[in-house]
Amino acid sequence: MMQIMRGNEATALAAKLCRPNVIPAYPITPSTMFPERISEYVADGELDTYFLLAESEHSAISAGIGASVTGARVCTATASQGLALMHEMLFIAAGMRLPIVMAVGNRALSAPINIWADQQDTVSERDAGWIHFYAENNQESLDFMIMAFKVGEDKRVYLPAMVGLDAFVLTHTMEPVDVPEQAAVDRFLPKYEPHCILDPKNPMTIGALGTPDVYMETRYALQKALMDSAAVIDEVFKQFATAFGRKYERVSKYRTEDADVIFVTMGSMTGTARVAVDRMRERGKKAGLVKITVLRPFPSRELKEALVKAKVVAVAERAISLGYGGAVYGELAGHFVNDIKRPILSSFIMGLGGRDILPEHFDEIFAKCERLIAGGKLEEFPEWAGLNREVL
Amino acid sequence: MAEDASAPEERELFASGHRGCAGCGEMNAVRQVLAAAGPNTIVANATGCLEVATTAWPETAWEVPWVHAAFENAAAVASGVDAALTQMKKRQGINVFAFAGDGGTFDIGFQAISGMLERQQKVIFVVYDNEAYMNTGIQRCSSTPYGASTTTCPAGTCSIGETKAKKPMAMIVAAHGIKYTATATIGYHADLKRKVKRACELEGPCFLHVLAPCPTGWRHDSADTVALSRLAVETGMFIMWELEGKNLKDIKLSRKPKERKPVLEYLKAQGRFRHLLKQPEVLAKIQKDVDEQCAQFGF
Repeated sequence: MMQIMRGNEATALAAKLCRPNVIPAYPITPSTMFPERISEYVADGELDTYFLLAESEHSAISAGIGASVTGARVCTATASQGLALMHEMLFIAAGMRLPIVMAVGNRALSAPINIWADQQDTVSERDAGWIHFYAENNQESLDFMIMAFKVGEDKRVYLPAMVGLDAFVLTHTMEPVDVPEQAAVDRFLPKYEPHCILDPKNPMTIGALGTPDVYMETRYALQKALMDSAAVIDEVFKQFATAFGRKYERVSKYRTEDADVIFVTMGSMTGTARVAVDRMRERGKKAGLVKITVLRPFPSRELKEALVKAKVVAVAERAISLGYGGAVYGELAGHFVNDIKRPILSSFIMGLGGRDILPEHFDEIFAKCERLIAGGKLEEFPEWAGLNREVL
Repeated sequence: MAEDASAPEERELFASGHRGCAGCGEMNAVRQVLAAAGPNTIVANATGCLEVATTAWPETAWEVPWVHAAFENAAAVASGVDAALTQMKKRQGINVFAFAGDGGTFDIGFQAISGMLERQQKVIFVVYDNEAYMNTGIQRCSSTPYGASTTTCPAGTCSIGETKAKKPMAMIVAAHGIKYTATATIGYHADLKRKVKRACELEGPCFLHVLAPCPTGWRHDSADTVALSRLAVETGMFIMWELEGKNLKDIKLSRKPKERKPVLEYLKAQGRFRHLLKQPEVLAKIQKDVDEQCAQFGF
């Protein structure tokens, strides 16, 4: 059924549809509406869950770990500083192979303090061992949350997953969302079967000390599970399409077939980029677009296939690996570096801290890419779009 | 010894062969707490000596389900265990314990404990207090007593060692108005076990502060751990009490020494205080502080 809702309402509704046993949470802008909605569901008897209002994000995710290791399905939400405060526990949730699902309202990290759209928070956690989904709109926010449970709880995976949705652009913006029926979600998402739990009838030591004799093997197993989860994600995307009619891919192509320049985007800026590509095409400019929906596991093969025929690839990122450039650019470049046939890659930073991303910014990027095609060079690495140099 | 570590009807749930030091007070505390709590128990453990010395994979000393996640969050992890058991109707009388050292309680774990207590989680938090960060090599903590020398407040020509008073952790906890707050030492087994059993009976947050001497950090003979934990009580350095509910007037003393021994007896048995023996004014201050503390408890 189509309903109009904000991104936070979509993630909260998705959580409700997935019937988590425990929802530990700590409110933070721009995700606060998630615990608010959950508390309303509980107050109105619409959701039977243990809603645990922790005294910090660190304790929220810690309680999530405690609940998950006791066999509960666990869901939470946070953003920005809250995710940064959880940093330590993100690695632990993944290391303990706990399929916790978390919605993250993608927001800038301080300083200066800023509550607006920016993917620095989740991109900075890309090494933590979680599956990363990035939503372009509220429909994807809801759908990815549901699929995050199914993928993470799969016996071949057992990993936590986060779903990023851009602050305000999605978290607070009303959009139509096709809401699945509860019965359909129940059919799609089976009961969670944990791999090992705290149970006095069968005592286990969980979270033991891993000495140099064993630590590396646990990391290898974690890496393998995360890489192998790509196939499970593809499988779940297919099952989701069959059940709900919406098709997803880890990497989505748009007008890339004959494109000279392809933009690579994640999250809500993709919609703007799509408009920009259409306008450029109307002007005879061969622009294309590739959207990354799943950043972890990194879709290197799919990206390379989607990009290899372009002359120039412009990776547009709403985050920056300070002291380097775009993190996704760097990862992509690392996967292309040994290929003889590869496009010229360029790194563009834009939209930080909620700075508007306009179609014109993609025009600027395209113009710079044309210089590269003509054998020219760019002035800086990374390049910046939408930067007000007058105030520097 | 007058009291046996484990009464005949109790089952040992903490296996020998772990890597705790000879004479380790906290291992002794855990053994007693588990024996009193029984097998229907889940433990969430903070990072520290206890976790390191008992769980090096593939070995474990724990015969009850046990989880370790990080240092500051044993109370939060235990809250999640409590939440899951409650919501999934798997409680069935299971005791949920959080175990942490003084660092994971007085300092870095302070916030998570307060949150867990305020939320009225059904968790029994046990701090095994050896008065410094022993796992990392005897650094001072807000539990370190005045005058003790540690590796981050060393005694020296310009230093008496620790210059701050020990944080009154159990009193701060009691101010949360929880079901049960108690202090104990490993040397009075029956008292400690009775308190553990009382905590297990009560529905709601409980807190047990267990003084647990550390031969390595306190620099005493490993054979003297139990005796020293008693001497702490006999001198009034450590007061054993319990409180059900939030009215501080209801605090009950668990043991009142007939004649308090001078604190010097306690101090001189430990290397961490040895530098004070030539500083009578510091010794006098410690005795005065202890006298005042005892006066507050009516003896």
